[in-house]
Amino acid sequence: MLRGAARFVDDVPHPHACHVAFVRSPVAAGRITEIGTADARSVPGVLAVITSEDLGHPALTAVLERAEFVPTAMPLLAHDRVRYVGEPIVAVVAETRYIAEDAAEHVWCEIAETDPVLSLADLAGAATSVHAEAPDGVLVDLQMFTDELLGDALAGAPLVLEETFRSGRVAAAPIEARGCLAEWQARDEQLVLQVSTQVPHQVRTGVASALGIAERQVRVIAPDVGGGFGLKCVVGREEVVAAAIAAMLRVPVRWSEDRQENLTAAFHGHEQEYRIRAGFDSDGRFVGVDADIVCNIGAYSAYPFSCGVEPLMAATELPGVYKVGRYAARARGFATNKPPTAPYRGVSRPQVVLVMERLLDKAARRLGIGRVEIRRRNTIGRHEFPYTGPNGITYELGSYVEALDRCAAEVRHAGWWERRDAGDGPLRGIGIVNFSERTAYGTATMGLRRMQMTPGFDVSHVRMDPSGDVVVTSGTCGHGQGHETTFAQIVADRLGVHPERVKLRQGDTDLTSFGWGTWGSRSLVIGGGSAAVASRRLADQLKVVAAELLEAGPGDIELADGHARVRGVRDAGLPIDEIAATVHFRSHTLTQHEDRLLEARGVTDPPGMFSNATHAALVEVDRGTGGTRVLDYLVVEDCGVVVNPTVVDGQVRGGVAQGIAAALYEELIYSPEGQPLAGTFMDYLVPTASEIPPVTVHHIETPCDLTETGAKGMGEGGTIGAPAAVLAAVNDALREYDAEIDHIPVRPADVVRALRRGDAADAVRQEETA
Amino acid sequence: MKPAPFEYHRAYTPQEVVELLRELGEDAKILAGGQSLVPMMNFRLAHPAALIDINPVSGLDYIRREGDELRVGALTRHRSVEISRGAEVRDGFAVLPRAARWIGHYPIRSRGTVGGSIAHSDPTAEWCLLARLHDAEIVVLGEHGTRTVPSEEWFTGFLTTAALPGEMVIETRFRRPRRCAALLEYARRRGDFAIAAAGVAFDVVDDRCQDVTIVLGGVAGRPLRVPEAEAHVQGAEPAESTWAEAARIAAASVEPGAEADGDHDYRRHLVGTLTRRAFREAYETGTDAGPVRGVA
Amino acid sequence: MKDQHLVTLNVNGSEHELVLESRRTLADTLRQDLGLTGTHLGCEHGICGACTVLLDGEPVRACLVFGVQADGHEVRTVEGLARGDELNDLQQAFSRHHGLQCGFCTPGFLMLAEAYLSTGPEADPDEVREVVSANLCRCTGYQGIVEAVTEVAAERRGEAKTAHD
Repeated sequence: MLRGAARFVDDVPHPHACHVAFVRSPVAAGRITEIGTADARSVPGVLAVITSEDLGHPALTAVLERAEFVPTAMPLLAHDRVRYVGEPIVAVVAETRYIAEDAAEHVWCEIAETDPVLSLADLAGAATSVHAEAPDGVLVDLQMFTDELLGDALAGAPLVLEETFRSGRVAAAPIEARGCLAEWQARDEQLVLQVSTQVPHQVRTGVASALGIAERQVRVIAPDVGGGFGLKCVVGREEVVAAAIAAMLRVPVRWSEDRQENLTAAFHGHEQEYRIRAGFDSDGRFVGVDADIVCNIGAYSAYPFSCGVEPLMAATELPGVYKVGRYAARARGFATNKPPTAPYRGVSRPQVVLVMERLLDKAARRLGIGRVEIRRRNTIGRHEFPYTGPNGITYELGSYVEALDRCAAEVRHAGWWERRDAGDGPLRGIGIVNFSERTAYGTATMGLRRMQMTPGFDVSHVRMDPSGDVVVTSGTCGHGQGHETTFAQIVADRLGVHPERVKLRQGDTDLTSFGWGTWGSRSLVIGGGSAAVASRRLADQLKVVAAELLEAGPGDIELADGHARVRGVRDAGLPIDEIAATVHFRSHTLTQHEDRLLEARGVTDPPGMFSNATHAALVEVDRGTGGTRVLDYLVVEDCGVVVNPTVVDGQVRGGVAQGIAAALYEELIYSPEGQPLAGTFMDYLVPTASEIPPVTVHHIETPCDLTETGAKGMGEGGTIGAPAAVLAAVNDALREYDAEIDHIPVRPADVVRALRRGDAADAVRQEETA
Repeated sequence: MKPAPFEYHRAYTPQEVVELLRELGEDAKILAGGQSLVPMMNFRLAHPAALIDINPVSGLDYIRREGDELRVGALTRHRSVEISRGAEVRDGFAVLPRAARWIGHYPIRSRGTVGGSIAHSDPTAEWCLLARLHDAEIVVLGEHGTRTVPSEEWFTGFLTTAALPGEMVIETRFRRPRRCAALLEYARRRGDFAIAAAGVAFDVVDDRCQDVTIVLGGVAGRPLRVPEAEAHVQGAEPAESTWAEAARIAAASVEPGAEADGDHDYRRHLVGTLTRRAFREAYETGTDAGPVRGVA
Repeated sequence: MKDQHLVTLNVNGSEHELVLESRRTLADTLRQDLGLTGTHLGCEHGICGACTVLLDGEPVRACLVFGVQADGHEVRTVEGLARGDELNDLQQAFSRHHGLQCGFCTPGFLMLAEAYLSTGPEADPDEVREVVSANLCRCTGYQGIVEAVTEVAAERRGEAKTAHD
């Protein structure tokens, strides 16, 4: 990585690979009447110009096995209708990307435009729905929880808040965009698809089904992957098209998504609206929450997990760490003429946390209760675990109140309140938010969603070679989460060898067992857990052999420092390397190891466990520009046993940066015609080092007894807490203006408007001196 | 995102550039730092048939004082101005290196050129604003020799200038050196093009503001001077109330338009803020007068 | 007719003669013609900085410079930083401070930082943060990168001072 020797898919050398460029829809909605490819075909260097018809109209269809779900097909290439600006219509295959783009300019698509549906408001009056199968535009509509007594409870509550919260459409925007290299290997009759993905096996299934070939005829390899954040946990139509072309033309084909495609035509995330009625008693305790959740999922349901992921997650996990009393939630996903959405890092939790935290801050203000105190009153306490909420979830032991108190203390200790209130300078505010997140969902939990494909388990294999080195394979697919380090630690600990002797192999469907990849804060717990199980079994094998060689009982053997020793005997012991050599080369001398070799398999399929954290943000709002800067950021997190603090802190900090991005900077905005207005890194504002403050991370370790290592997942937590913390801090900064902002991102113009809405005269006076 | 084909030509002298421009016609573009042109080519928003690379041209990379003029060669990189500390700049043009820090980022500043920016004519570009602030003259070379165009006439609209076909920018002459000057911008993210910008320059003589110019960026297709606000400050006391009134007038001069970054009210508000702050900074950095009077 | 040029590039100390189409960017030249794939493309419009290389010692976006423009000039890429197997001080500091996760943006940050460090800066974290703002990273939140560059700035100044004494 540091030498420039990494191999991201675009770095994989292939001198003969052709390049694909896509011709994409210039309009948000319409019917394709004609596609002219002749001119493009005649450009020198062009091999083929491919339409959906050329491929036999293949499609990917994600299915949720629920009556309230409408399955819709996502064609690999649009052929009858286009449903968003950027939808691929034609694939141009040429010797170089330069030529492919030249030729793409000569493809001619005639499209009869129709009025686009961009928002829920457009839906009502729309002449044409996005999908004929869903005339009302609704692809999923679930009344997840009901409570007949909720209405009465709210009617009788001393305080009822009726609020709407919104979050903008965002892009995961990994610095490596998507891409692939597809090649048909005649010798093996196999399509080898190297692709930047989080889910190699799901890509294999998608490609095999779309192309109508056997799974064994597809080998998917994820080389180094330059960030995913959920964007790469679904199957992209472009990579399947590239695979189809390679299989059809029998030429190696490369597609490298450029940034404009990535921002305007790849999967987006998080465009949601929450209409909430929440009742509180006079002590600030929830009596009930009624939630109506609406997700703008874009034009298609992403394969394989479907557009149900975000609405279901939102409705299920909205209550979070709080005892909400009575609860009802309806969750809907509706189709619009914008790019499809995928489960972006955090999956609705950034939104639900934001909603709950805003409700509590509003209630605290109305009732005159401290913001930390009102949380303490509503948070599930230590003595209440395991706690089963009205959302049907049972929360295992966590440190919800402890993390809150610790964070509040750290904030005090760090002098934030003094900094907030110092002088007459810019407006400053502090936000403190508390949340939990279910991580590492296994099949038992995932099964409740009724996806046609239910993910959850993973299998690892651990093998020791004759020299004593260890190779682990896993169905996960890391891309910057430090799996090489943490998996090696887990395995090395159990085998008594140095972590440097352990190498991880993942991301190759011919090399690893079937797996579900890396997303949903699952890898360390599920992949690492299965590696732990496998290495325990391998350790047992080593002990059996060592026992025979050392003439002791297997139960008396200890493995440590690269040696096997008899417990209580202080001698040099037997080098594990030697045991490995004996097993491989002189197995005839052993009577006790009938399995031969040193290899073991482990599987993990946990129910999912809740990590928790309290985040605090200190922000400064500039009255003059409306700009908000995050000055300081503090996290107290509990992901159980911390396997590697550096990796955990890195995940938290990167996640917080992404959360701050969603809170203040990033938004994919569209014109009324459905044209993307943030299609470049000049207008889609991924924050730089100047916008992201140092993040202090504190750990509480509540070991999890549901997992092998005692660890819980934590890859998403930073992203989940930060939008709520920043929004709370902004509102705190505006506290004297009686102005409340209930959406993200908070743009400078929103702040200025909020200030004006508040005490206008006072605001003007303040401005004068700003 | 790959550029369309073009012919590449390299020039070593300004005369060669002009000859190539004549030979290649209007589809040829000059390639200087390329920090604006090449992205447009990569997006295929620009399709020049030919590029004339002027980076090898010698003798156009300089910052030179001629009396009251600061002459900056067209191929001077932003970074050279940013790190310039000599008396020729310090005395009356100190705002230039300070403002150069606003331009993009370090690698952009080490590659992009002053002349390229002036020729590109982005209404929020620092050099365009500074040119108007300092009543610069743009020296262009064409088939019939050089001519000098006042910056007031140079910037004709969004990405358009008074350059005639076949002409190249060879020098920008910043004029009217003043002790107090500042350029302030606001962008949501570090290094981005400004949503709005305000530049001010003036001298303080006998506790009165003299020789005042105010320029706004991001509010029109070209850098906008605000004569009414300038007139208000001219002869007035350097005080907070003066700045506030100038800011109010400047903000009021912002016409509604299509705004992607924020609404019209917001942009006015921002212009007011930046103007006021620019005056304050200009006064504080240009005089040792200490705190400005009138601050509550 | 393709507009092609014979160019000589000095990359990391080695001379290369190449025939390049004029529109080929320096980034594509390095990656595809010379196989130096450490220089990455993240946006191709000069914002993300993943393709940052040194051209005659100055940091440039290799997506905004054409290969033909580098004719007769010296280019330094991430592949030229380590000495054999030994990572240079900056690379080691990135590793120590967890300045990378997925590693895609890392080469660009290393080259940006090398350029900055070659100016002999004070080890001022605020200034480092501003310089580092030239490039985008999506994984780390930048903290490890800022720490690594700040530390190396201090170390190199210390060494320079010692050498001077």
